[in-house]
Amino acid sequence: MELYRILIGKPGLDGHDRGAKFIARALRDAGFEVIYTGIRRTPDEIAASAVQEDVAAVGLSSMSGAHARLFPAVLEALDKAGAKDIPVLGGGIIPAEDIPRLKKAGISSVFTPGTPVDTIINAFREACCQHHQQRC
Amino acid sequence: MSKQDPALQEWQDNELARTLARFPERKEAFTCHGGRPVERLALPKEIDEAYQDKLGFPGRYPYTRGVQPTMYRGRLWTMRQYAGFSTAAASNERYRYLLDQGQTGLSVAFDLPTQIGYDSDDPMALGEVGKVGVAIDTLADMEILFDQIPLDKISTSMTINSPAMVLLAMYIVVAEKQGVKAEQIMGTIQNDLLKEYVARGTYIFPPRASLRLITNIFQWCSANAPRFNTISISGYHIREAGSTATQEVAFTLANGLTYVQTALDAGLDLDVFAPRLAFFFNASSNLLEEAAKFRAARRLWARLMKERFQAEKPSTMMLRFHTQTAGNTLTAQQVDNNIVRVTIQALAAVLGGTQSLHTNSRDEALSLPTEDSVRTALRTQQIIAHESGVADTVDPLAGSWYIEELTDAIEQEALDLINQVDEFGGVVACIENGFIAGQIEDAAYQYQQQIESGERVIVGVNEFQVDEDVEVPVMRLDPAVEDEQVRQLKQVKAERDQEAVRQCLADLENAARSDSANLMKPVLAAVRAYCSLGEICGVLRGVFGEYRGRAW
Amino acid sequence: MQPAQLLEQLLERLHRGDSRSVARAISLVEDQTELGPAIMQGLDQQRLDTALTVGITGPPGAGKSTLTSALVHHLREQGLRVGIIAVDPSSSLTQGALLGDRIRMMDHALDRDVVVRSMATRGRLGGVCASAGAAMRIMAASGCRIILIETVGIGQSEMDIASLADITLLVLAPGFGDDIQAMKAGILEVVDLLVINKADMPGSRKLLLDLGRETANSDRVLETVASERQGTETLLERILAFETELRQEEEFKQRRQRSLNKETVDWSIELIRARLTDLVDNEFLTGLDQDPRAAAEQVLSDVLRNSLTFQR
Ligand SMILES: Nc1nc2c(ncn2[C@@H]2O[C@H](COP(=O)(O)OP(=O)(O)O)[C@@H](O)[C@H]2O)c(=O)[nH]1
Ligand SMILES: [Mg+2]
Repeated sequence: MELYRILIGKPGLDGHDRGAKFIARALRDAGFEVIYTGIRRTPDEIAASAVQEDVAAVGLSSMSGAHARLFPAVLEALDKAGAKDIPVLGGGIIPAEDIPRLKKAGISSVFTPGTPVDTIINAFREACCQHHQQRC
Repeated sequence: MSKQDPALQEWQDNELARTLARFPERKEAFTCHGGRPVERLALPKEIDEAYQDKLGFPGRYPYTRGVQPTMYRGRLWTMRQYAGFSTAAASNERYRYLLDQGQTGLSVAFDLPTQIGYDSDDPMALGEVGKVGVAIDTLADMEILFDQIPLDKISTSMTINSPAMVLLAMYIVVAEKQGVKAEQIMGTIQNDLLKEYVARGTYIFPPRASLRLITNIFQWCSANAPRFNTISISGYHIREAGSTATQEVAFTLANGLTYVQTALDAGLDLDVFAPRLAFFFNASSNLLEEAAKFRAARRLWARLMKERFQAEKPSTMMLRFHTQTAGNTLTAQQVDNNIVRVTIQALAAVLGGTQSLHTNSRDEALSLPTEDSVRTALRTQQIIAHESGVADTVDPLAGSWYIEELTDAIEQEALDLINQVDEFGGVVACIENGFIAGQIEDAAYQYQQQIESGERVIVGVNEFQVDEDVEVPVMRLDPAVEDEQVRQLKQVKAERDQEAVRQCLADLENAARSDSANLMKPVLAAVRAYCSLGEICGVLRGVFGEYRGRAW
Repeated sequence: MQPAQLLEQLLERLHRGDSRSVARAISLVEDQTELGPAIMQGLDQQRLDTALTVGITGPPGAGKSTLTSALVHHLREQGLRVGIIAVDPSSSLTQGALLGDRIRMMDHALDRDVVVRSMATRGRLGGVCASAGAAMRIMAASGCRIILIETVGIGQSEMDIASLADITLLVLAPGFGDDIQAMKAGILEVVDLLVINKADMPGSRKLLLDLGRETANSDRVLETVASERQGTETLLERILAFETELRQEEEFKQRRQRSLNKETVDWSIELIRARLTDLVDNEFLTGLDQDPRAAAEQVLSDVLRNSLTFQR
């Protein structure tokens, strides 16, 4: 089985990373190599890290409502860093009406409280698999 | 009959008699439906040594049964609900309304930039200004926040940690401008920085610098503001981060011991500052375990204070605490179920002898609560207080084999864990080497895995679901709030005496560089000169450096 | 694009220091793709020769990452491009890994001339040495003057990884007594420099003394407070002086030679494992009455005599 590298980032100021860490561990237990940036990262820092680590996907978590501004900002930062191809998935306390907007902006999957962890793992696996197929 | 027991008699003649003389009970007589009297304190047939050693009498070492002799028969716990508002003006309006309604305590929540020491115009603050509480940049904001509120009459609780010194200084200066002296102000700052590194995440500086700030505050306040509680040692967030009940007790008390040791090292008098230490715990859903947890924490703290620091004065050994029901147990599914959860949790806190209580609102999992749900949350407390009867007798669960076994077990396990932390070099070392965070994360992971696998049932989430649209309400904040806050900050910065600002910040930097200086004084001066929170914390960031969390 | 073209483009960008290409090249080698060997052969040998690699090892929490970050700070002040490889263990059960060292490097996150790569051991015998060695060379070819490689632990395998480097550093701190006891003897024979970090904490002098008089008096022992960058500039000077010394004395070449040999063995094992598995499963088939050890001898002698086809 192929090994996928992913990056979990927490943009914004909220320090509640219980969810982000749970997902990171669950992904590790599902066989991923997970790089965690820690809390309070700017979109540029997350994008630069994703590029240097050559990850196959980026996962973002936000609990303070900052997703609406920060998730798209990470997409922009990735684009600027020449890494538009890296899929970005996001989760946290995200109102239903924001989801279409985030997807339109380019977030490939959005998870809300109560999404089963297996669904999240599968979404990452799929995103990574697609990304690996594109790379040489 | 045990009622003639000499030990009991002695307690009745001393602690109880003194308390009754000063604070009569709420009612002449407490009775069940039908008139049967409710005993103040149920006791075993025989008051033997084992009983005295483990449980004793309320208001007496080891305080297992409570810190006051009559507990809620004398006075109910304080029902304290807080909420965050985006601007100082809006909060001020709300506070004045609450005070008109007879409330005597205020509670302030700050937005994240304030909690992390950034001004509202800092790039890091973008999109977060006024979001989870009020934004405070300079003394000007604090003046608006407490406008026409008499700071000699009310007590204010501020949920602030890393920049606690700055906010406290602003509070003191506002009081000063009202003609209220520092020695008159009352309230609490959370100021518990150690738990930020392992749980809550609003740290700024490295642990050692944080301990210095805390000690400086202890020192200054014990001399100048003796009625102010200088810390609230918080297990709440440790639990929210996923710890077990035992870990919550262990790590919170370990933090407490660290503060005590640091203060003693700085030459403070144990019996002066220890009675000012307040604790803050979480009440989760396992009713009996939680009730036992509070009892165990109380006994363990008293023992630790006595054995490690030779404390003798009762108020030095007493663990007094505030409780909040567990936010992490609230579900987005079938939100009304949360009212039931909160009821059980609040009941645990009361059965465990809490001094004050915040009950979460049913919709608090996902957003700021509505007014209706805040009322229901408060009513929950009132029903427990006035209808359930559990407040009419002291420590009603005592003597249950299960409860006493649990209390013993939690105490022992927590003590073992505290000893382990000591072995690994103490709390600061265990923050840095990841031991504490690792323990919490392992527990959180296991718990969540049990939910995912269905081994642990969460009603409405992994069982008993209904078809419903889980509504995550929108918490969009008017962007004008941020713009206005930034505009005001710019104005304050433009109008102040720039030379004074420069001087104050330079003085602060010099003081910070010398280990022996107390930073309260230069911070008070800086605040008076309208230096901003971001500028002050910026200077300290420059001297102390910034802490970076660890991944696992 | 044709593979040849792709390769050329990748190499060209990599040598210009393009982050994305450096990172991708490392992945392609680490994942053992077909392009891997060609990438490695296309690297600028001169840059590999001038670069210095430094292995940093020690128990978790001793301050390796903080120290690394401090060294990076000083190197950047001198305008030098730096590479960092942070190795963490993979779970032997699931193959997955949590890579957390990056958090301490975030001060340099936006600096294009600080190349950071987190790497999991991927549970392979020696395998990580192979990948880490490749990553070091790719970073060197991209213009990194110094490459720091951080590994956790003070066991044999961590030492192995660290010893890929030209110079090795062991970081200890007070409060990790048990680990240190185990390796008290001859600590200075295994590493080039011993760093006692957290010198601001009680117990650091005692740690030094515990390690023995010889250690305490050696000029190969330094004290630092990495979190405040105290002593770290001196440490860097010492590292660079040591490099000069080594380069003057041929020792540098010998060290390189040793680690290249070691990497070759690692890669051989890495490559041979898959093919051997295939071979034994499909062609050789150990007899039910055969002892595996004896069977292995036979496989090996057959292979070495090249009498069995050795195919992918
Ligand atoms: N007091 C003190 N703390 C340090 C020092 N160096 C690192 N730390 C802290 O020790 C903890 C572990 O550091 P880290 O670099 O992650 O250690 P690693 O696991 O060896 O990489 C962090 O909290 C650092 O801030 C030091 O010299 N003094
Ligand atoms: Mg590290």
